[in-house]
Amino acid sequence: MIYYLILIFFLLLLMIGAAIYSIVQKDLLYAVIGTGLISLVLSILFLLLQAPDVALTEAAIGVALTTIIFIITIKNTVRFEDEVYQKKPSKTEAK
Amino acid sequence: MKMKKILVISLLAVFGVYLAEVLFKLDFGRQFFQQGVKDFYLITSPIKLQVANTVTAIVVNFRGFDTLGEVTVLFLATTAMGSILYKGRHQLGERTVLFSGSRIVTTGSRLLFPAIILLGAYVFIHGHLTPGGGFQGGVIIATGFLLMLMAYADYTVSHVVLSVVESLAGITFATIGLLGMLHGGSFLQDFLPNGSLNDLLSGGIIPIIYIAVGFKVGAELTGLIYTALNEKD
Repeated sequence: MIYYLILIFFLLLLMIGAAIYSIVQKDLLYAVIGTGLISLVLSILFLLLQAPDVALTEAAIGVALTTIIFIITIKNTVRFEDEVYQKKPSKTEAK
Repeated sequence: MKMKKILVISLLAVFGVYLAEVLFKLDFGRQFFQQGVKDFYLITSPIKLQVANTVTAIVVNFRGFDTLGEVTVLFLATTAMGSILYKGRHQLGERTVLFSGSRIVTTGSRLLFPAIILLGAYVFIHGHLTPGGGFQGGVIIATGFLLMLMAYADYTVSHVVLSVVESLAGITFATIGLLGMLHGGSFLQDFLPNGSLNDLLSGGIIPIIYIAVGFKVGAELTGLIYTALNEKD
């Protein structure tokens, strides 16, 4: 039982770490991979907490589909956070 | 300007008061919570409905109308994204994936593609026996198509076929609901024989609805990915 709790605690810490990483990271592609990692760990957690249906949904939608849609979006827009301000100087002036 | 704000706030306040009144007056399943609605589901779904997976029994049978709403929400979301991205009916932009993958990637994708489709079909056909269901299976199928679209630069899916499949699946769902209305009296009433526990053909209308949902979700998300990949900035 105690090992189970330690495992869940470790997974939760990993989730928080991945979330902080994806916020701090300036390279948006890496940030998207960070959000994918959150979903992956969350689906493992759902499986451990005996919700296999939700785990399957989270793995399919959170890890695969959302990540891919974000990657397509990055491919069509800009990859680095700073480029947004470089490309459109009017936006920085407005702020 | 200030008058307008006061007007809006007072309107919202009136609306909120009425909403709160209605919500407080409703006895939101109070008697059921005291008896334990989970016990009702856990006892009824294996014994009366002959469904092994209680989650599926709740999602499709007890809360079938909510699932129809959920499918509608997904449909509207994909339609909205498609209408934003889709530039013209006959002039698609250039693909974001401009080159094919290496030979290893293409061969691996071609080998994996049928296996992924099979897994998705398994997940939604066996939705009432094992964890999973229409939504999960549909997303897995869409992921398989995504793999092919990423590996091959010239891989295409037909939007016409996708829309036909999607519409037929939606019509099947609604028709089964209306048939239940004809037989039993309420929308999505279970009118088919339930069979025996752990059989593939058991659970009444649940397998049919989940197969329809699986096709619908798979077609919708494949179309969404295809449109997003073909989008030109």
